[in-house]
Order: sequence, then structure tokens, then C-alpha cells
Amino acid sequence: MKNTQLKNPTIKGGYFIIGDTPPEELFIAEEFDEEAIMMGDTVREFCVKEIQEPFFKCGKELVVTNEADKAEVLAILKRAGDLGLCGVSISEENGGMDLDFKTNTLISSKLSYGFSFATTLGAQTSIGCLPIVYYGNEEQKQKYLPKIASAEYVAAYALTEPNAGSDANSGKTNARLSEDGKYYLINGQKIWITNGGFADVYIVFAKIDTDEKLSAFIVERTFEGFSVGAEEKKFGIKGSSTVQIFFDNCKVPVENLLGEQQGGFKMALTILNGGRIKAGAGAIGGAINGLDRAVQYAKERKQFKVPISSFGAIQYKIGDIAMRIFANQAACFRTADLIDKKYNSLRSSGLSDGSAKIKAISEFAIEASIVKVKGSELVCYALDEAMQIHGGMGYSSETGLGMGYRDARITKIYEGTNDINALLAVAELSKRGMLTKELDLVGAGKKIPTFLLSQINPFRSKSNDKEQDRIVKGLKYSFLYISGMAGKKLKKKLIDEQEIILNLSTILQEAYVGETALLKVQKLRGLPDSDKNKLAIQKQMVQLYLYEALEKSKKAALEAIASFSTGSEKWRHIKIINRMLKPYDINPKTLRRNIAQALIESGEYVY
Amino acid sequence: MNLLVCISKTPETTAKIAFKDENSSFDTDGVQFIMNPYDEWYALVRALELKEQHGGKVIAINVGDSSNDPVIRKALAIGADEAVRVDIEATSSFFVAKQVAEYAKSNDIDIVFTGKETIDYNGAEVGGMIAEMLEQPYFSFASHMDHDGSTATVTRDIEGGVEVAEINGKFVISAAKGLAEQRIPNMRGIMMAKRKPLNVIPAVEAEGNVKVLSYELPPVKGGITMVDADDMDKLVKLLHEEAKVL
Repeated sequence: MKNTQLKNPTIKGGYFIIGDTPPEELFIAEEFDEEAIMMGDTVREFCVKEIQEPFFKCGKELVVTNEADKAEVLAILKRAGDLGLCGVSISEENGGMDLDFKTNTLISSKLSYGFSFATTLGAQTSIGCLPIVYYGNEEQKQKYLPKIASAEYVAAYALTEPNAGSDANSGKTNARLSEDGKYYLINGQKIWITNGGFADVYIVFAKIDTDEKLSAFIVERTFEGFSVGAEEKKFGIKGSSTVQIFFDNCKVPVENLLGEQQGGFKMALTILNGGRIKAGAGAIGGAINGLDRAVQYAKERKQFKVPISSFGAIQYKIGDIAMRIFANQAACFRTADLIDKKYNSLRSSGLSDGSAKIKAISEFAIEASIVKVKGSELVCYALDEAMQIHGGMGYSSETGLGMGYRDARITKIYEGTNDINALLAVAELSKRGMLTKELDLVGAGKKIPTFLLSQINPFRSKSNDKEQDRIVKGLKYSFLYISGMAGKKLKKKLIDEQEIILNLSTILQEAYVGETALLKVQKLRGLPDSDKNKLAIQKQMVQLYLYEALEKSKKAALEAIASFSTGSEKWRHIKIINRMLKPYDINPKTLRRNIAQALIESGEYVY
Repeated sequence: MNLLVCISKTPETTAKIAFKDENSSFDTDGVQFIMNPYDEWYALVRALELKEQHGGKVIAINVGDSSNDPVIRKALAIGADEAVRVDIEATSSFFVAKQVAEYAKSNDIDIVFTGKETIDYNGAEVGGMIAEMLEQPYFSFASHMDHDGSTATVTRDIEGGVEVAEINGKFVISAAKGLAEQRIPNMRGIMMAKRKPLNVIPAVEAEGNVKVLSYELPPVKGGITMVDADDMDKLVKLLHEEAKVL
């Protein structure tokens, strides 16, 4: 799978589905420099000191509907500001650190040690301030960013409305110019505003007059006509503030229009794209925490005179979660690094800092959606199983697992629901293939017959490398094949067949994550200083991941086929998919056991 | 005030300990290293506080090869102004003390800080040796220290209580819990760390007349045998035949 038309093919969003990436081009977590690692450690230490020790480890939960807890959360945020944690994405001249995207992603991953505080700090450093970082003019940057970096100002992002959630552009909040032309008068309401209860600055999206698209405004809490509702009572992330905000002829100075008029919708999407990768990273961090606690408990808890970690049923869970963490984390850092690479190439071609960041993030919208969906599914699964391993103890508030379980659930909902993101990934890819023609999906699809011919041999290859290679190719080609066939059959009606698009999305997700896991191990094998013992386990994780990816994708592929074809046509498709996704002959039980035993030995996830 | 803080690299607290070369040296394979917590949390932070109060500079010193640099840069990230690494393997407490003392002598150091011990070999020796070599007073296990710029009041932990002493002039102090509160390196500090000087200097000669013969892990704890409270015969038998204490 090669595409020679693109100048820098691997730094192209969605390219993974039509072409190969050489392993040496993949960024892996082992390549983070000393500075990034130290920053990650600082975030972790901060969360342990401020959240885990005083609250989590004592079975306490911060609940912001309680005023004292709300004040405590705000105080913790201010202390995070003192440590520089609020300025990670802000330029140095505006009081921040201007860290690259992958270091930011690493930080998001470590923030998971702070449970719901990750949401509070995430809103401050990501959705609350990035609109100004990316789109603000110099005056706006100088006025707001230094104060957000130091946490003197708390920032929030206000997009959702009672009747405008996933369909964000349908919002009713309106802005009109005052008679003297000095203010926009905003009227309307926004809901689910993270940090809203104590924020000083809100990025608010509203339509000016009868505009078709949203514009963005910087609204200060003190502006006339602005008010904040009560704290929402939520299922989880109770330590993060979530409120409604109201605008009653709220007077916003004209200079607080952020970016271009009607540029708000695009801005909102760009900000969410970037946020999705960090949300995915945070979710994976949460899964690691849950797994570590489960391993620790399983080693200590004895039943039938032996630690429960010695049981196959428990090892199944530990091995399975660890394998998924390995693959998804690799995909997460891969995506973050691609954004950095794209940004650097755009900068060297003369684009401004803000524009280069926006373009680089938008470029990897497909991968961002995948990382978000997969990461959030993983953390929910991992914490469910971590609780299961703890048995009755897991259900007790004392262990804090229930809090983690509830906190994790939001990750499938925020930054765009998983359903929307899964659909978006496919929609964006097809747009790039069919509309803008950035990706030669048709050309890649033409190679399917050659691939199928190579799969005629009924005997499996003796080389594990070749087997893994054909699985990744099979995932990619089966996506191309089914999307091609479904498109041919249903034409424009395909867009209404969300079930089929979700099936396609499943294959797309597995192709990206599966390929990344394989590339990581291939890269590690080529590095002279790789830890051999770790590598032995990582190789097994890849085998297990590809096995799972193949089985899951096959089910999705067959369901899709049954949705759009019948009779002999259907059987022809099934035959082709069976050849593309031939079973992977491994022993999953042994692999899970081996992985689990390595984790039980090390006591924590170290891969 | 010139403050010198000894920084040691120690295995991470959960590291698995194993030995090699016929049990005569620590097997570092696969071990993660950290800054010795007594050096980081108490010695370094108290030195930084003194500098913030009275001015001057904080210099972190370490004896070892370049693999120690990440740990040294963490000291710079936390706030040390500069660092020195004596470029040679640290073979014994005496050898390390000699290197530190020589540096302190030629750099007009007012106070030398060490942690009360390193969490690996637990020698608690280096501070005392440095003091002897510098012919200065030594305060071990200090849990509190006030300094008005000329006179220091030091509280030392002693068996069952504390001892409070006063000192004018230069001295060496080993830091115990309580001397300061851990500081997490802030983001700016981390970014500044690589811009601060880390000077690598050659070692001075020192007699290496101590040779470790062997290390041994603590014996594995045996299992517990439960004996029925009424079964005294069995208990006596076990104590006699297995525990061999009767």
C-alpha cells in the first residue's frame, strides 16, 4: 500500500487507511524526552498530593454542589496555576509554556490521577483557553491568556444549548449589535458549562442577527446581563463544576468578538478535535490507574489459600485490559505526534502559529475521533473489570472505585458523543476521498484484487510477521471494500444508514489502532536499547490485539454486508470478507495469561 | 549564603532488589532511579528556602557518571541555581565525602546539606565524613532549622525526643523528615533546568580502602502455622521440632 502522490504521505489525516507507515516514523512513548517525562511526573505528583491523598485514599469525594468542596476545587486549580499547569498550551510571551501537542497529551494522560479534577483543569487549559490561543488577536491574547495561565482567571467554554447538542450549529443564542455599535447584546442560554460555576471568562458561541453560522465571543462573568445557574447534580465527575449560564441582553464589547464573524462553528469543531485526543489520553490514563489498583488487589486478596491473581478468570481480565491499553495508548501518542509534525511542516512553509495549529489539528480529525471513542470505551471497560476483580470490596465507597467508574462514564459522552464521533470518522474520511479528493480511496480500492489473490493459499503463513502484516492489510482492505460496495449499492442513501456507517467505523478504528500497535512493536524491535523482557510481552499484546481487532471487524463487516445485500451478491461479499479476514491462529488464553503474569510480577502497568 | 546540597541517585522505592558478581554488587538491570527522597524533599527544599530568605545560591552536587544527569536536572528544576557532577563512579561513602568536601573547600560553601541517609545503602555516613574533612560542626537527623543570616538554630531528632543546638559559622547538616516540605517541580522550573549550568568536574584522588564483600537479602518469611488453642501438645511439638526454640 503505497501512495506516491503525496509529498509527505504519512503526515496526512486518514492516510493510514490507504497506505503504510514505516515503523521508524512512528513516535512512541519511549521517545518522550527527559523534560516531558518530568512534566508528566509533576502532574502526577500534584494529583496524588492534592486529590489522591486528601480525598480519594480516604474514601472521600469532592462534590461541588457543596460550597466548601467547590471552594476547595477552585483552590486546587489556583495551586495548579502556581505550578504552571494552566499555561501548558499558552505561548511563553503570554505567560505559558507553549508545549507541543504530544507533551500536552502526556500531561492529559497523567491528569487522570486527579479524577474529576482532570475535567476542571482540562477545561482551563484546553477548551476554555485554546479558542483565544488559536483565534484571538494580540489584544485579546495579552488581556486574557496571562491570567488564564496563572489561574487568576478560570476559563470555560459554552457551546451546548438545551436544543443544540450534537447539532451544535442549531443553537438559538443570539447576538445583535447595540445601537451605538459598541456592544453585542447576547440573549439566550447555554448548558453543561464545565467550570461555569466559578469561571471568570467564557468562550460563548452565538449567531449574530440572522447569520447562518455561529460566531464566538469572549464573555466575562462581570458583564451586565450575564448570570450563572445552580450546580448540576451529576452521575459522576462531581468534583467539577457544571452549570447553565444565561444571557439577558448581556453587553459584550465588540472587541470581544473572537475570530471572524460566523467563524465560530469551525472554531468549535477544531477545539473539539484537539480536545478529543487529550480526552482519549486521559481515559487511557484512567484505565491504567484502574488496572494498577486491580493488579495490586488481586495480588493481596487470598481465596482458597491463594492470591486471586493466580486464577485464570482474573488473569483473563488483567491481560485483556493491559493489551488494550498498550494498543490504544500507542495510537493516542501517534496521533498527537502527527499533529506536531504537521504543525512544524506548516510553520516552515510560512503559516502563522495559530493557523498552523488549527490546520494541523483539523488534519487529524479522523484519528482524533478514533482515539476518543476507543479510549473512552477502554476506561469504562477497565474500571468495570477493576471493580469486578475487587468483588464486594469494589462496590464499597471506601475503595473509591465507584467514583472512578462514575467519573469514567462521561468520557463516552463529552467532546462529542462516541456515536457522533464514530460516524464522524467515516464521514470525514469519505469527504476526503470523494469530495475534496485529498485521499485516493478509489485508487487504494483498486488494489483489492491483488490482495485477495495473495490470500488464496489456504495454509496460514508460518511467519508471524507476515500474518500480522496481512491482518492489518486485511482490516484496511475490508474497510475499503465494504465502503465501496455499500456506496455503490446505496449511493447517497448510505448517509442515512447509520448502522452500516458504525460497522465501517468499527473496522476503521481497529485498522488504525491495530496498525499502530504493530508499528510500535516493529519499531521497538529495531531499537538497540529496547528492554527485551518488556518487548517479549509487548509482542504478545500485539498478537492478542490483532486477534481481537480481526474478530471484531469481521463481525462488523458481515453485519454491514447483511444490511445492504441479499442472495448471491451477499454470499459473494461474505466470501471475499472471509478471505480478507482469515482467522489468526494464536492461543489467546496463553497470551492473556502471559501478559497478566508479567503485570502481576511488576505490580503495575509498565508498557 | 552559598549552600551546597548533596544529591544522590537511588533506586525507586518499589524496585526489585537483586545482586550480581557473586552478591558483591547491586544489579541495576531494569531498575528505575529517583533522587534520594531525603535529599530532594528536605535537604534541597530547606536550602532553597534559606536562599529565598537570605539570598545567595544553591548548588546541587552529585558524584557519578552521566546517567545521573536526569536526577541532577530534577534538582535544577526544583530550584537549584547550578549543579556540579564529579565525573566518577561513587564507590564508597568515604570516597563521595572526599569529593564533596574538596568542592566545598574551594568554593566557599557556608552550609553543606545531605539527606539523613540514602534509601538504598542507608549508610548515613557521608554528612559526618564531610564535616570531619572540612573541620566543621555536624548536625545529623535535623528536623528543624532556623537561620537568621549568621546564627542557625538546629533541632535534631534523638532517641525519644529532640535536641536543640545553636551554631555560628559554617556547618554540615543532614536532613530528616520535617526539615522542609516536598516541592513539586513547577513547569517553568522544568523548562529552565536545561538552561542552568551543570558543570562536570574531575574527581580528586581519595583512598578507596573499603571493599564490599557481599550483600544478602533478608531471609524469606516462613509461613504461619495455625494451632488449635486446645492442642497444647501439637504446639509444644512444633516449637520443639520445627521452630527449635524449646
